[in-house]
Amino acid sequence: MSTPKTSKSTQAVREIRIVNELGMHARPASLLAKLAGKYRADIYVRKGADQVNAKSIMGIITLAAGKDTVLQFTASGPDAEKALNAIAELINGKFGEK
Amino acid sequence: MAAEQSYYGLGVSPGVAIGTAYLFKQETTAVPERTITAEQVEPEYARFLEALQASREQVMSVRKRVAGEVGEEQAKIFDFQIHIINDKHLAGEVKERLAARLQNVEVVFTESIERYIQLLSDIDDELFRERRTDIRDVRDRILTNLAERRPRGIEELPFASVVVAHDIAPSDAAMMEHGKVLAFATDLGGRTSHTAIMAASLGIPAVVSLHDLSLKVQSGDSVIVDGHRGIVVVNPTEEMLQRYNRELFRIKEFEDELAEIREEPAVTTDGHRVVLSANIELPDEIPNVRAHGAEGVGLYRTEFLYMSRESLPSEDEQYEAYKAILEGLAPDPVIIRTFDLGGDKFVSHLDIPFELNPFLGWRAIRFCLERVDLFKVQLRAILRASVHGNLKLMYPMISSVDEVVSANAILDETKEELLRDNVPFNESFEIGAMIEVPSAAMTADIIAGEVDFFSIGTNDLIQYTLAVERTNDKIAHLYKPCHPGVLRLVKMTIDAAHEHDIWVGMCGEMAADPAVAMLLVGMGIDELSVSAIAVPKIKKVIRSISYAEVVDFARDVIRYNRAERIREMADERLRSVLPELSEHGAS
Repeated sequence: MSTPKTSKSTQAVREIRIVNELGMHARPASLLAKLAGKYRADIYVRKGADQVNAKSIMGIITLAAGKDTVLQFTASGPDAEKALNAIAELINGKFGEK
Repeated sequence: MAAEQSYYGLGVSPGVAIGTAYLFKQETTAVPERTITAEQVEPEYARFLEALQASREQVMSVRKRVAGEVGEEQAKIFDFQIHIINDKHLAGEVKERLAARLQNVEVVFTESIERYIQLLSDIDDELFRERRTDIRDVRDRILTNLAERRPRGIEELPFASVVVAHDIAPSDAAMMEHGKVLAFATDLGGRTSHTAIMAASLGIPAVVSLHDLSLKVQSGDSVIVDGHRGIVVVNPTEEMLQRYNRELFRIKEFEDELAEIREEPAVTTDGHRVVLSANIELPDEIPNVRAHGAEGVGLYRTEFLYMSRESLPSEDEQYEAYKAILEGLAPDPVIIRTFDLGGDKFVSHLDIPFELNPFLGWRAIRFCLERVDLFKVQLRAILRASVHGNLKLMYPMISSVDEVVSANAILDETKEELLRDNVPFNESFEIGAMIEVPSAAMTADIIAGEVDFFSIGTNDLIQYTLAVERTNDKIAHLYKPCHPGVLRLVKMTIDAAHEHDIWVGMCGEMAADPAVAMLLVGMGIDELSVSAIAVPKIKKVIRSISYAEVVDFARDVIRYNRAERIREMADERLRSVLPELSEHGAS
């Protein structure tokens, strides 16, 4: 993984609780990986001792984050703050699930 | 002759099949091993990227087929696989390993993916463990493409068979010739496995979680699969066969009845006509609408065009989608609902701020009336497409008549713009309001003056009326379509529509419940729009009831105080006119 080259690089950390009923199953994991992939920042997500790349669906699905799991997101890069805002919105919006 | 033996698993798709077992063994794609030089890393990785590309195309084509034949909802199952193939991190990992290990890509890729499968194996939640089947499906596909072999699959079954397997990959289940598969019986799998969902949507009986059945059965064995009770009987006795043959006969009779009325209208025994249409999300679903005997589309959810993509769809893109649907179903009507975005429907590129209570937030028509720029793009596309078929337009989330008036004003402006630009469109099509907010139902008499029809959206109407969010386990039991409060609002809407000489339909899940559909017909509903797969069943219900009788029944039953009692009465009533429906396990 490359480290961001820009000098304006910032880091942002946020804890977000999974609120949708089924947790981060296949579809939400796809949406998260896709959203994270839109940002330049490197984004990692940690559950307990496990940390995975938030742009990787394979990584996210193996976290098996069920409802009420609190995930810690760390983003570093020029749009770190923006990325975490969008991710929080996605998760708090229950991934668009009814 | 071997002795009869019964195996007990989990019935995940109803129905009964009696037939010959076909033991399906997934070719264990042997992983060739060789060492490579540092110079071979790049070409080896390029070979991997090619296999990924081929796999992507194959899964997309499976997805397309499922969307057309089964439905968009089931097709979404394959999005997970497509995302795995697109996982740049996974590809990066393979590249790094190639350089570090100097082994061929089959070996390092298998190692990478096995690690993920192992991680999932240790998880104590079926929903996550089940995803291993999808990951293995992708793994085998990629390995097959690396070997440049013909894509695997069991499209060519030797005869009509009961497919017995250790496990069946979702893409295999999707690609089988449906006529040739009588049933599925697998050692692995759970209720939430994608294979179970596929089988249920294809209407193929399936029993899963049968432990080691695939080791006990041989191709050619006589087997019975009972998808209702979750039983597989191997080498059944004559007596057992007769018992199941009788059951099969009854089910078959009922299915034949459903097939026979496919081209028939939904009309009651005493000649009262109800329009029965389908809900869709994508143009791919058109064949499905026709195949199930629906009369056009009662709800086309356009927001699907806006979701899961990077940028907003252009006017031309929207026009093409609307045109395809209108043209594909002409002369049958298609009700296009303008987009219901915002709120819970997350659309990252619309800059909708975080809301504490999105269901009561800035969404649907509320959003469109402020973002007139986006709304007009959609209206232009719909108007342009209107010349290609039988369009009806509907506004979502109407809570007062003012919104209808404002939306119609924007529509008129858009029409003038098109006239000015000499763009042709149909001048006269019906305009309707979706009734899904209690205030709209209560003022239906006022709104009726501004529109040509109503469509009652029950999912939201129930949730707003009862203040219950269905996905909340603690209160899900309070979500009751037959709650007298809900039924009164529905009745109020129907009566207001008829007093103003406009028609009224229903496009929520409530309409797909056979007993409730019967009740709705009795309450005077003119149209029911349900998922395509539910159309034959509801048509059978309508064709089995007498309008005069259900009108009396509805008038009496909605006077009851309690939802449970109303529900029981409706179920009992339906059983008395259509006993086959409950036996079929379809109620």
